[in-house]
Amino acid sequence: MELTTIIFKTIFLFIILLVTLVVAMYSTYAERKVAAFMQDRNGPNRAGPFGLLQPLADGLKMFMKEEIIPLTANKYLFILGPSIAMTTALLTGVVIPWGDTLTINGHVYSLQMADLNIGILYVFAMVSIGVYGIMIGGWASNNKYALLGAIRAASQMISYELAMGMSIIALVLTTGSLSLHDIVAQQHGMHWNIFYQPLGFFIFLICAFAETNRAPFDLPECETELIGGYHTEYSSMKLGFYLFAEYVNMFISSAVIATLYFGGYNMPFIDQLGLSSNAVTFIGMGFFFIKIFAFIFLFMWIRWTLPRFRYDQLMNMGWKGLIPLAIFNILATGTYYFFTSLK
Amino acid sequence: MQKLTNRSVVASDKKMTFMERIYVPAILKGMSITIKHFFKKKTTINYPEEKREFSKVYRGQHVLKRDDEGRERCTACGLCAVACPAEAITMVAAERKPGEEHLYREEKYAAIYEINMLRCIFCGDCEDACPKEAIFLTDRIVASEYKRKPFVYGKDILVEPMDLRVDISARQTSAVHDFKSNKAFAHNR
Repeated sequence: MELTTIIFKTIFLFIILLVTLVVAMYSTYAERKVAAFMQDRNGPNRAGPFGLLQPLADGLKMFMKEEIIPLTANKYLFILGPSIAMTTALLTGVVIPWGDTLTINGHVYSLQMADLNIGILYVFAMVSIGVYGIMIGGWASNNKYALLGAIRAASQMISYELAMGMSIIALVLTTGSLSLHDIVAQQHGMHWNIFYQPLGFFIFLICAFAETNRAPFDLPECETELIGGYHTEYSSMKLGFYLFAEYVNMFISSAVIATLYFGGYNMPFIDQLGLSSNAVTFIGMGFFFIKIFAFIFLFMWIRWTLPRFRYDQLMNMGWKGLIPLAIFNILATGTYYFFTSLK
Repeated sequence: MQKLTNRSVVASDKKMTFMERIYVPAILKGMSITIKHFFKKKTTINYPEEKREFSKVYRGQHVLKRDDEGRERCTACGLCAVACPAEAITMVAAERKPGEEHLYREEKYAAIYEINMLRCIFCGDCEDACPKEAIFLTDRIVASEYKRKPFVYGKDILVEPMDLRVDISARQTSAVHDFKSNKAFAHNR
């Protein structure tokens, strides 16, 4: 690899990391604002103009809090839990194509950290490891509520990962590639996968809610029954990491949904404007972020609309509802491509 | 049994229909409700900057009135303390000395007059009981404190200052005045 490429990738990596963290930070602010607006309130508006400094104040508060590790907890696993949750949440951003190519001094740089040919599988692997963060944290706390929350999280995520994976199989049947870069490139123009895989998108969306432990699937941390769920015993920034990882996950899930089903950085009619390729890249990137923010808003909108599912409802929906639906989707897609390819 | 509201729903264990079981229509309905509220006018009153409008006859912190010449109206008769259901009012009476005529309206006055704001329930009975139109409740809010002690308000807080007269015209209407002074009523005889 050339030196310029390495320098570019390094800078780009830091920018992605920074953007991810800032977006996650302001998601907490947006969450409170959205919640307030939907309940006819104002939300945070004291810290800075419109309360924009609220996330900083919250972060500062988290750092200042006393760090408590329970005596009976397994100390190493207790610290390992939030670290895994945060690390895996951030790692997923590596394979997402944030934009098309950028041309600087004749060099062409791709705005994707790593174009893995199994990009989707990589995303799945990272999401699966994320369960360990919750599971280890809940187990190490040596607290019955934490353990219950962790068990719920593990069973919920495993159940919904199946349906999620199957909805992706149907998507791969239409795209013929596991690389996120190829999938986005194929959706150029208005050939977004949502029009080819509406059912798949629907299943994927529901599973994304379950995977990020967001309402109405927030059983692992349902405060009304389990105090805080898997993070009951956590305090200070370790708790902050868990809460923050949820928002990072939400951002990344939104990015993955936008990439897989909504054309990623593709913007309709952008070619007709006759702009230079760099300008097109930047506009596309902006459009990609608009899509991501729209999905983050959807996540919050759902959260402040629906009550939590009961545990048996959750399992029924996962195993008896979504998985048969996903299998049907694969069959239908497969049948369609089998007969169209015969001609 | 008579229903109290038209919103009451009889709970039932009937099996959910297919449309109910797939949740989606109900979810979309709920989302349409929340998004409507998203754009609605907010009901919040941003307290220190905006203040809620009080009723004209709001019963807040008391005031001990002075008359037009600036003399205290209270004669320490103790009727307010007797009327008080929360027993929040105490007073010590004193005799007016010669040369104090500009301070107190009648020969007897309250040397100490205390209302415990933690006990007070702001019922306004003291105001009704007062024959001298000396004590009134106003639309002011009792300030918060860190300790219990400062809530016992003495004359330094209760008596209105000469340069900052408290307007109680909303509560001291002619009807009220008539009720207190008309000899036709048994309580005024």
